[in-house]
Amino acid sequence: MMEWETVIGLEIHAQLSTKSKIFSGASTAYGAEPNTQACAVDLGLPGVLPVLNREAVRMAVKFGLAIGAPIAPRSIFARKNYFYPDLPKGYQISQYELPVVGRGQVEIELEDGETRTIGVTRAHLEEDAGKSLHEDYHGMTGVDLNRAGTPLLEIVSEPDMRSAREAVAYMKKIHALVRYLEICDGNMQEGSFRCDANVSVRRKGTEKFGTRTEIKNLNSFRFLERAIHFEVERQIDILEGGGAVVQETRLFDPDKGETRSMRSKEEANDYRYFPDPDLLPLDIEPAFIEQVRGSLPELPDEKKHRFMNDHGLSAYDAGVLTASREMAEYFEQVAVAVEGQAKLAANWVMGDLTGALNREGREITDSPVSAEALGGLLRRIQDNTISGKIAKEVFEAMWAGEGDADQVIERKGLKQITDTGAIEQVIDQVIADNPSQLEQYRSGKDKLFGFFVGQVMKRTGGKANPAQVNDLLKQKLS
Amino acid sequence: MHDKTLAELAAALGDGKVSSVELTEHFLRRIESLDNRLNSLITVTAEQALETARAADAARARGEAGPLTGVPIVHKDIFCTEGVRTSCASRMLDNFISPYDAGVVERFKAVGCPVLGKTNMDEFAMGSSNETSYYGPVNNPWDTQRVPGGSSGGSAAAVAARLAPGATGTDTGGSIRQPAALTGITGLKPTYGRVSRWGMIAFASSLDQGGPMARTAEDCGLMLNVMAGFDERDSTSLERPAEDFNARLNTTLKGLRIGLPREFFGEGMDPGVARVIDEAIDFYKKLGAEFVEVALPHSGLSVPVYYVVAPAECSSNLARFDGVRYGYRCEDPKDLMDLYMRSRGEGFGPEVQRRIMVGTYALSAGYFDAYYLKAQKIRRLIADDFRQAFEQVDVILAPTTPTTAFRLGEKTADPVTMYLSDVYTIAVNLAGLPAMSLPAGFSEGLPVGMQLIGNYFDEARLLGVAHQYQLGTEWHQMAPAGFE
Repeated sequence: MMEWETVIGLEIHAQLSTKSKIFSGASTAYGAEPNTQACAVDLGLPGVLPVLNREAVRMAVKFGLAIGAPIAPRSIFARKNYFYPDLPKGYQISQYELPVVGRGQVEIELEDGETRTIGVTRAHLEEDAGKSLHEDYHGMTGVDLNRAGTPLLEIVSEPDMRSAREAVAYMKKIHALVRYLEICDGNMQEGSFRCDANVSVRRKGTEKFGTRTEIKNLNSFRFLERAIHFEVERQIDILEGGGAVVQETRLFDPDKGETRSMRSKEEANDYRYFPDPDLLPLDIEPAFIEQVRGSLPELPDEKKHRFMNDHGLSAYDAGVLTASREMAEYFEQVAVAVEGQAKLAANWVMGDLTGALNREGREITDSPVSAEALGGLLRRIQDNTISGKIAKEVFEAMWAGEGDADQVIERKGLKQITDTGAIEQVIDQVIADNPSQLEQYRSGKDKLFGFFVGQVMKRTGGKANPAQVNDLLKQKLS
Repeated sequence: MHDKTLAELAAALGDGKVSSVELTEHFLRRIESLDNRLNSLITVTAEQALETARAADAARARGEAGPLTGVPIVHKDIFCTEGVRTSCASRMLDNFISPYDAGVVERFKAVGCPVLGKTNMDEFAMGSSNETSYYGPVNNPWDTQRVPGGSSGGSAAAVAARLAPGATGTDTGGSIRQPAALTGITGLKPTYGRVSRWGMIAFASSLDQGGPMARTAEDCGLMLNVMAGFDERDSTSLERPAEDFNARLNTTLKGLRIGLPREFFGEGMDPGVARVIDEAIDFYKKLGAEFVEVALPHSGLSVPVYYVVAPAECSSNLARFDGVRYGYRCEDPKDLMDLYMRSRGEGFGPEVQRRIMVGTYALSAGYFDAYYLKAQKIRRLIADDFRQAFEQVDVILAPTTPTTAFRLGEKTADPVTMYLSDVYTIAVNLAGLPAMSLPAGFSEGLPVGMQLIGNYFDEARLLGVAHQYQLGTEWHQMAPAGFE
């Protein structure tokens, strides 16, 4: 049985969230009527010229600094020439030999807590193409140029990933990073964040890379994972059958869960890159870089370490909670509400809240229970108004829109019973109603202690303070 | 009236001796009666011109006229004009009505210059004889069996034949200067970046530069005052303080150092052209200028370098003409590839196709380094040659072209011979320098052009040097027979 190793590199396309396009003044807003957000420049009319959007440059620099990469003092825009109906000029303006962001790296964390460093070869600015619409046109193709000229940051990784899981972790890490930096909305359904995966396999222990294939346009973490799994199996089958992998571009079909050939290397375009004579070299002054550096927010890794130090969280918890800026901000708000019990806040955010969000496929930003509301609930656990168990019931009610924690506790009468007298009364009743169990307990059957606790909680509707119940029962039963 | 220069017409308008409507009507009548002999205009825009003329007269009556308000001009059909066909002399754009104005067009509009029409040219500015136009060749008014030069051949012929007092042109490898020389008018190619390229349909972006074509240096200066200026829509546009390009017209030439590049006075130059240039040198000596021989050792490589760089850029610039969004589309395409191949095959003429092929080849994997990259390196050397020369001299003087106007069809069979007619003008574009051509005499009845090359941003000095020559000569006043 042959042992195979997978080698993966990703090219991630992050759409930069500038208001206008990278080389024109047209809006980048998503979802407008076709061709209503394409000006003369985007349409590639005769005589039009590109002018670089400075905001896109600022965003690229932000990213570069966040991954510890050098920012090129001079980078060059080149033309990538090919014909396609949704490419109005017949070339895409991109950066080729001299990209704006040089080599950097990110750290990814796997579920088992292991961390790995993934190299980022480069990141460069380019314009997006329009969209070809092949349906609804009776055999013809519709072209929508609203997206043409939208700024993209293409982030190219080293072939450093060794499994689909690592690739997903890396893509998630970059996704979190661009959102932390507020340079990309990360909306994968709208195509704002997508990737191409270069996949190859080789025998374990060998140095030389196998022949790779490139899987185009993966716009979900799930698709990335499935596409890689399928592709790795396919390549191994070919190699074990004595065949050879063909270097080619492939497409992932999410319905069938398989990749299929798009074009082979022989059919590949010769893009005839050359420096775009309509644009001057992009010169970036050190002062500009420093200004951008000063505007960087706290990044995921910094935040993670702060959560570990300030809140005493485990590396795993801190990692999960900082995976997105929104989650981290939500957690911190809850943690402030229950000062000193960050672990309680962490457990609730990662447990009940995340569970409920996943159940309904919601984002944390549109959670029906706000961070403030959850904080209010946890304060009621802290001050013994309710038990942790009752809190789950209150949370569900809050989720269903029945009000804040205090309102729900009040309306449902869920307030914890902490009055010793009241608890003793219930205990006395339970003991009186269960004489045989009492006798067995007293003759040494210690296990029955739990039975008494259960009976007391049952009769109080779960509201009796569990610690008090324990203490008082021990006294009464002895 | 039509024999007056642009400056004289502007003065007449200012003095109220003539109205813009009268002037415009007069030139429109001349176009109607004479252009059938020349074919210098692709589109005549009589109605719009008269409308602008009426507005210009009204503005003048309100006291709101500038120096050129009401003076009619023509635009090379490479400049986009809103609501008017902008064809670039190509079948590809025969049906293209531009939805916007070029920066240059906007500027003349803002001043209130009536636009009589759009001038004929080589298709997409690719040619040196105006014979590659989809709308047929332009005839030289000095001899209608001869070419007017190109690519701004229509603009040159129209000005030479007094169909318009001034015209815009573009110069990528000599396309203003060479036709100016061959038709006996004055033309200026400014420093690269002076004039906005916004809306000027690109041939070779790093070389293209718009400029004025008129009868005199003074007229060119007046036009350049309108045309030049920063345009934020063109990233290669230069931000410079505003300048009156005619400010140095009357500066003495005493002590002016004029360079004569020995490489431009070698074999291939017609003896008649050589004689005229020698006389011009003598004239300048009498005005007190000093002559210094300078070396431009890499200039011999400019034609081959140009024919790598310009086609490379054009192969990419012309990729947008694909039959998808506007312009020519072939009948009943059977699939996408057929749409591309036939639209472009039928929409572009042979010279344009040749240059696209050459440029595509030069940029292809495996050839890029040997052609494009090497050409760019030599281009830098050519610019360095000029830099060194301008450490010794103030301007450089040379012939504009090696010969006078050639016969229609004479060079169409051999592209390389045609390319060599730009041998003296191309190096200037590769270096991005300003240069002009002005009439310096005749050889066998045909005009000979003298070229003056200046250092970067030295247009005002060039115009002064040319103006001083024109004060003492009458070549620029000669009108071709039948067009007086």
